Amino acid sequence: MELRPILSTLRRHRIPALLLVLEIALTCAIVCNAVFLISQRLQRTQMASGVAESELVQIQLAAIGKPADAKARAQEDLALLRQLPGVTAAALVSQVPFTNSSSNTGIKLDPAQKLPTLNATMYMGEGLIGTYGVRLVAGRDFQADEYLDFDAMKSDPNLQSKVGSVIVTQALGERLWPGQSPLGKNIYLGETSVRVIGVVQALIRPSLFMGDDAAQWTMIFPLRMSAASASRYVLRTASGQREAVLEGAAKALRKADPHRIILEKKTLDDIRREFFRNDRAMAGILVGVIIALLVVTALGIVGLASFWVAQRRRTIGVRRALGATRRNILNYFQTENFLLATIGIALGMVLAYGINLFLMTHYELPRLPPIYFPVGAVVLWLIGQAAVLGPALRAAAVPPVVATRSV
Amino acid sequence: MLGYYLDLALRSLKRNKALTALMVLAIALGIGASMTTLTVLHVLSGDPLPGKSGKLFYPQLDPQDMDGYKPQGEPPAQVGWIDGMALLHAKRARYQALMTGGAVPIQPAQSAIEPFFENARYTSADFFAMFDVPFLYGHGWNAADDEAGARVAVLTRELNDKLFGGKDSTGQTLRMDDVAFRIVGVLDSWRPTPHFYDLMTGSYSADEGVFVPLTTATDLKFAHNGSTDCWGKGFSDNMKTATCTWLQFWVQLDTPAEAAAYREYLLNYSREQQALGRFQRPPNVRLRDVMGWLDYNKVVPSDVRLQVWLAFGFLLVCLVNTVGLMLAKFLRRAAELGVRRALGASRRSLFAQLLVEAGAVGLVGGTGGLLLALAGLWLVRRQPSDYAALAHLDLPMLLATFAFAVVATLLAGLLPAWRACLIPPALQLKSN
Repeated sequence: MELRPILSTLRRHRIPALLLVLEIALTCAIVCNAVFLISQRLQRTQMASGVAESELVQIQLAAIGKPADAKARAQEDLALLRQLPGVTAAALVSQVPFTNSSSNTGIKLDPAQKLPTLNATMYMGEGLIGTYGVRLVAGRDFQADEYLDFDAMKSDPNLQSKVGSVIVTQALGERLWPGQSPLGKNIYLGETSVRVIGVVQALIRPSLFMGDDAAQWTMIFPLRMSAASASRYVLRTASGQREAVLEGAAKALRKADPHRIILEKKTLDDIRREFFRNDRAMAGILVGVIIALLVVTALGIVGLASFWVAQRRRTIGVRRALGATRRNILNYFQTENFLLATIGIALGMVLAYGINLFLMTHYELPRLPPIYFPVGAVVLWLIGQAAVLGPALRAAAVPPVVATRSV
Repeated sequence: MLGYYLDLALRSLKRNKALTALMVLAIALGIGASMTTLTVLHVLSGDPLPGKSGKLFYPQLDPQDMDGYKPQGEPPAQVGWIDGMALLHAKRARYQALMTGGAVPIQPAQSAIEPFFENARYTSADFFAMFDVPFLYGHGWNAADDEAGARVAVLTRELNDKLFGGKDSTGQTLRMDDVAFRIVGVLDSWRPTPHFYDLMTGSYSADEGVFVPLTTATDLKFAHNGSTDCWGKGFSDNMKTATCTWLQFWVQLDTPAEAAAYREYLLNYSREQQALGRFQRPPNVRLRDVMGWLDYNKVVPSDVRLQVWLAFGFLLVCLVNTVGLMLAKFLRRAAELGVRRALGASRRSLFAQLLVEAGAVGLVGGTGGLLLALAGLWLVRRQPSDYAALAHLDLPMLLATFAFAVVATLLAGLLPAWRACLIPPALQLKSN
C-alpha cells in the first residue's frame, strides 16, 4: 500500500485529522489508567484476611444497663453457643476483620525510643486463633492459664505488666525484625514489655485506616473478654449451616438474657462484601466510563470517516475509473485510519504515563505496568478498524461512473 | 437576525440527522458525567452552616507527655475531660460546647416497639444555640442541668416520629439504658453536611437521634463512639481522669479580634498547665474555623475527586469529538456558505450563524446532559456510601449544567466556524 497519497490527503485535512488523533490519544490515556484502576480495586477486594471466612459468622449484641456479672454472662453465653448444632468453635472477641472498629497501639522495640516504631492492631479473646482458623506458622498458641481477664486489667493498670506474651503476624514480624524469627523477641507497649511466643500466617486489621501496606500489622493478646468489654461473638461452622447457626445463636442468646439488643448478625462473607463495596462501586463506575469513552470515540471515527467518504466521492469514482479495485479503496481508508490511530496511540501512551504519574502522587497508586501499553494499543487499533469498516465499505461501493457526473 | 440564524441552524441540523444526533449524544454524555460528579463534589464540600461557619472554631491543645514529641506537630484532634471541662467553664467565648458521640439502648414505653440502639450525642447546653439547631417543640437544657448531671434528653424529629408518632413529647419520660430521662425538647429536621462537629463518627453519616448532657452520660458510663487516644498510663475505666483525648470542643467567636484573643487564651492556658506540671510539651495550639477544620481533615473522599477528574477527561474527549464532527459538518456546507458570502453576507454574520448552530447543539446536548445527570445522581444515590443519599441536584447546579453545556459547545464550535468562514466564496462557486 502506497502511503504517500494518504499522507498528502491528510495534509489537506490537517485539522480534522489532528482532532481524530487527539481524541484517540485522550481515549487511550484514560482507558489505560481506568483499566489499571479497576484492576487495583478488584485486587484490593481479594485481600487476604487470614481467617476461615467462609466458615465464620458474627453476632454482636449490647446489654441494656450494666450486666450484674459480665464475666459469668460471657462464659454462659459461650457454653450455650458451643452446644448449638453445627457450631465447632465459639469465642468472644474484641475485634472482627472488616468491621472497621479497631483498637490500636503504638509499639516500640526499645523502651528508650522516643517515637513508636509503628502502630498495630490488638486482637483479644480467649480461643481466638482456633475459632478464627488463623494458621500458626511458628511457636505456639496461648495456654489456658496464660489468659488474664481484660476487665480486671482495665481497672488495675498494674496488671498490664502481667500480660507476658503476644502472637504476631508474619508481616508484622518481618517489618519489625527483617530476616529474623520474631519468636522470643520483645516488644514494648508504653512501659510494658511482651514476648513473642507465636507467629500466625496472616490476620487482617479490622480497619485499614493506616493504608493497605499496614493491613497485616496485628498482634493477638492472651486476654479474656467479658460481656462488658466485648460485644462480638464469633462462631465457626460448616459453610452450609451459617444461616441456621446465626438464627439459632440469636434465639439462644436472647433467651439466655432478654435484657439486651442484637446489633448485628452476619456471615463474615457478607461483612467482607460490605467492607469493599466502595471499591466495587468505583470499579463499576470506571467500567461504565471506559465503555462510554470507547463508544464515543468509535462513533467519532465513524462520523469523520463518513464525512470524508462523502466528500471524496468524486475522487474515489475517478480512482475507480482509472482502474483501482474495490479492495484498493477499502484498503486506502483502512490504512488511513491505522495511520491516524497509530499516531494517536503513540501520543496516548505518553499521556497515559503522565496521568499515571499524577495519580501516583495524588492517589498513592503504583506505576502503570508496561503490559498496558501494547494491550491498549491493540484494543484501540481494533476499535479504529471496526469503526472505519462501515464507511470504508461504502467508499468501496462507489461506482466508477460517479467520475463522469458533475456533483 | 437570531431567528433567521436559528431557522438556518435547525434546517442544517435536520439535513444530517445522524451527525447531529452524534454531536448531541457526545455533548450530553460528557455534560451528564461531569455534572453528576460535580454535583456530588459540590454537595460534599459544601458549607455545613452557611453564614455561621466562619464564627465557629475548633480549639486544639497538646496535653500529651514527651513520648513521641515532635516540635510543633499537629496536636491531638480532640481534648480530654479535664481540659475540656476547664475550657468549658472558663466561658471565654460567646458559646462553647464539649461533646462526643455515643450509642444508647432506647426502651420504648409501648411494647409494640422492641428496644433498639440509637446514635446519641453527649454534649453541653450551648450546643443548640451555637449551631443554630432548630426546635420543633420545647428547648435545650441549660448549664445548671449540665452541672447537676440532669437526666434530660432532646430528641430529633425522626426519633420523635418513631417513638411518639410526631406528637409533642416534651415532659414525657424516655427510658435509655435502664435510666429514665425527661424529654425537654424535640428538634426540627437538621442535618448539617458534612457532619462537621464530629468527624470521628463519619463525615457524612446520618446524625444522632438523641442528645443528652455529657456529664450525665459520663456519670452513667454510656457507651462512647468515635476515637479515644491515650498516652502514658491513660488506659483506664474512669474517663474523667484517664490521660486520653476523646471529646470535641467547639466555640463561637464572632470577630477576628475575639478569635485572636481566644488563641492567646489557649496559649496562656497551656503555659499555666505546663507550669503546674500537667502539660509536659511546650504550648502548641490550633484554632481552625469550620471550613479550615474540614479542609485539614480532607473530608471529601478521594474517590469523589478522582471521579471528577475522570468525568472531565471524558468530557474533553466528547468535546474533541464534537469539534471534529462540527468541522466536518461546516466544511461540507462550504458551497452554501460560499453562496451566502457571494450574496453579501459578511464573515462576521456567517460566523455568528455557525455559532448559533453550535449553540443549538449545546442547548439540546445540555438538556440531554441534564437528564443523564439526573439519572447519574439516581445511580449515585443507590450506591452504598454514606454520602450517597445526599446527591441531589439543586437549582444553581441545574442552571450551571445548561450554561456549561452551551459554553462548552460554543467553544467547540469556534474553530470549525472560523475555518468555515475562511473559505473564499469564489472558489466554492467555481468548483460547483
